[in-house]
Amino acid sequence: MKKKTLITIVALSLLAAVAGFANCGAGAGGGKSIAERAFVPPGQYDEFYGMISGGFSGQLSIIGLPSGRTLKVIPVFTQDGEKAYGYNEETKPMLMTSHGFIPWGDSHHPDISQTNGELDGRWVFINENNTPRIARIDLSIFETVEIIEIPHAAGNHASPYLTENTEYVVASTRFGIPTPQRDMPVNQYKGNFKGMTSFVKVGKDGRMDLEKEGFQILMPGFDYDKAHPGRGKSHGWFFFTTYNVDEGHTLLEVNASQKEKDYIAAINWKKAEEYLKAGKFETWNTNFAHNVYDEHTHMATTSWGKKVRVLDPSKLPGLVYFLPIKKSPHGCDVDPTGEYIVGSGKLEAQATAHSFTKMLKAIEEKKFDGEAYGIPVLNYEAVLAGEVKTGLGPLHTEFDGEGHAYTSFFISSEIVKWKLGTWEVVDRKPTFYSVGHLMIPGGNSRKPFGKYLLAMNKITKDRYLPTGPEVNHSAQLFDISGEKMVMINDFPTHGEPHYAAGIPASKIKDRSVKIFKLEDNKHPYAVKTPEKTRVVRKGKEVHVYMGMIRSHFVPDVIEGIKVGDTVYFHLTNFEQDYDVPHGFAMMGQQSSELLVMPGQTETSVWYPKKPGVWPFYCTDFCSALHQEMQGYVRVSAAGSNVPIKYTLDDDPVDVE
Amino acid sequence: MKKLIIFAALSVVFTFYCGEEKKEEPKEEALVPIDPKDDIGIGPVKSMQLADIDGKLVKEGEKVFKLKCAACHKMTKRLVGPPLEDVTKRRRPEWIMNMILNPIEMIQKNATANALLKQYTAPMAQQNLTEQEARSVLEYFRKYDSGKK
Ligand code: HEC
Ligand SMILES: [Cu+2]
Repeated sequence: MKKKTLITIVALSLLAAVAGFANCGAGAGGGKSIAERAFVPPGQYDEFYGMISGGFSGQLSIIGLPSGRTLKVIPVFTQDGEKAYGYNEETKPMLMTSHGFIPWGDSHHPDISQTNGELDGRWVFINENNTPRIARIDLSIFETVEIIEIPHAAGNHASPYLTENTEYVVASTRFGIPTPQRDMPVNQYKGNFKGMTSFVKVGKDGRMDLEKEGFQILMPGFDYDKAHPGRGKSHGWFFFTTYNVDEGHTLLEVNASQKEKDYIAAINWKKAEEYLKAGKFETWNTNFAHNVYDEHTHMATTSWGKKVRVLDPSKLPGLVYFLPIKKSPHGCDVDPTGEYIVGSGKLEAQATAHSFTKMLKAIEEKKFDGEAYGIPVLNYEAVLAGEVKTGLGPLHTEFDGEGHAYTSFFISSEIVKWKLGTWEVVDRKPTFYSVGHLMIPGGNSRKPFGKYLLAMNKITKDRYLPTGPEVNHSAQLFDISGEKMVMINDFPTHGEPHYAAGIPASKIKDRSVKIFKLEDNKHPYAVKTPEKTRVVRKGKEVHVYMGMIRSHFVPDVIEGIKVGDTVYFHLTNFEQDYDVPHGFAMMGQQSSELLVMPGQTETSVWYPKKPGVWPFYCTDFCSALHQEMQGYVRVSAAGSNVPIKYTLDDDPVDVE
Repeated sequence: MKKLIIFAALSVVFTFYCGEEKKEEPKEEALVPIDPKDDIGIGPVKSMQLADIDGKLVKEGEKVFKLKCAACHKMTKRLVGPPLEDVTKRRRPEWIMNMILNPIEMIQKNATANALLKQYTAPMAQQNLTEQEARSVLEYFRKYDSGKK
């Protein structure tokens, strides 16, 4: 009897052990298997929002972490036919610049607004590299609500990082250019080209301003790559990595890496504010677009900035210092305490940490190694805190808030975890392949949430089923709650993610707007009640004020339109329930569909070219009778005298 | 006995690991019609005491109705939903309130509303009115039906 029991126990423990292995995996994670750590069961929410830039897609992807599920792709700098962004009349102004309307952009670095150095989840800002711009996305509606163009700049790469109370969002250029722009020989780059660096003021309501409270600093014509704000004790300073201090203008691959060291530029923006107050600036005339979307009119408008205040650091002592850093640094990352400024020389085999305290001391004791264009260069040893002998090609460093740093290595395709202060390497894990940036939610703040680390890789190769020559970029998620990093998820992303920000879902989800209230709709062409829907002719312009609700349009039969007219369809969605958008598409219309949220109004233009009867319909499956949601427009020849007429169910729209 | 305990304990562990949810079989029960005189529907409104018609409330109700309901309802003509003339005569006020405030559950579980759904095919929309707004719409219906328009 006893024996049998024992055998059973042994057998069952064995079974349990086998099952446990299959289920549990190894390491931390509360005894959960790797699959369980990344798996979010159906119907449950992810713990974090991840916000990943789309790079050359010009968009911003919102993904859930740890699952990797795509929740939304927000169009920012690129037209999006799915959401009518940049196609409808309301959002076309969002893409206006001093070069005219631009349908595409290159979005790089999302950064979430902060209060007291902690993520507050109000907005996420993102830069556009090609035609320098910064966008603001409102995280209550997850839509782009503002885009400001940055004058006197070129590739807007060291951007849009925010100070710890969201006082400023910065923009610095990757291309030196003649500043202000002028016609001149390119080989006279040295000394003539500049790298204008902007501090755009962010108002309490999030609105960006460069003209009145913002300012620019006329920096030497180096290439400014990445930036991070000081925080805590270093609040008031901003750090930018530079490369090409050689000021090469051709074959930069070779010519920009000749010098042993490049710089981190430390800008004292509190000092800048003092100089501005004292009037030590020049006012430059310029022209830049400022596009703002109003949530109540559901419309964007463009205004033009005409002036900007410029500070010259060669004449203003104490405004800027250079900290030497080895070989073409990319990442410029400040740890959560604000003490260490970590630069990653992408051709080096080490990451370098400078000390803020030592920097202040070196400034006080004037430990300079010469100057560059009147800006003091601090002595390397005097500011150095530590060198981390890591791997080849460090790019970017994130922090977990527990004294660890995580550096990505592009060339050796790995992540190295190391300790701040002792500079010892704790762990290293491969990524697949050639990792660019990393993201720990809250990593760029005083309070990171050190549970997950997202690696965004530049090369995908064989990670997923092949899809022809072009494959989506891969991302891998690591559980970093234990001593060793554990890869728990691997998923493709949209576009080319350059950078990401992340935030606990709890900080945003309850503020997410579900509908727009019809009562609050201030769109000039909104109709709020079906009896007010109408078709109005003004010469050759026709305005259709149309309503939509499950599942019909009011009116749904329109006559009296003529070839040569310009027809504006203003669609208002009468629904007041969550997740009931309606779409609108008109046959032959040279534009995208509209996708109108409950309580919202959107407009699209149609140039009817042929007489006939042309259908329109709802493009978003809205109810069991969605397929019935349609209507007709009768188009008559140019000179005809068919009168304007509009009906629903063959009755006037205001029938009782 | 011991074996049994161990086995039971392990089964618990295993079940936990699998995380399999036990789903209840959906029950297809025929909805039981209730006499309209007693049918208060399903929703937040359980009982109402109606006073004389309040003119101010009627005005509010008319506004809300035009904004949130008129796209689907006319008073005298079928549109997406039924004509609403005489609705206060055929339904209890509680039922009307619950239909406005809780339409999704009503058309699934209340026999009368479910029958309407079958007839009208499109479901009545949840327009997220507050109870006060719904009350004002009811007042508008009462006024309309009282014939003293
Ligand atoms: C999207 C269209 C739609 C909207 C908007 C809508 N309804 Fe309805 N309503 C219906 C339909 C359809 C029915 C019939 C039941 C069904 O099919 O679900 C109905 C039924 C009703 C009934 C029951 C009628 C009867 O004969 O018993 C009442 C009362 C009612 N609606 C009131 C309202 C009010 C008040 C509003 C505005 C707050 C409103 N409805 C908004 C479509 C709509
Ligand atoms: Cu629809």
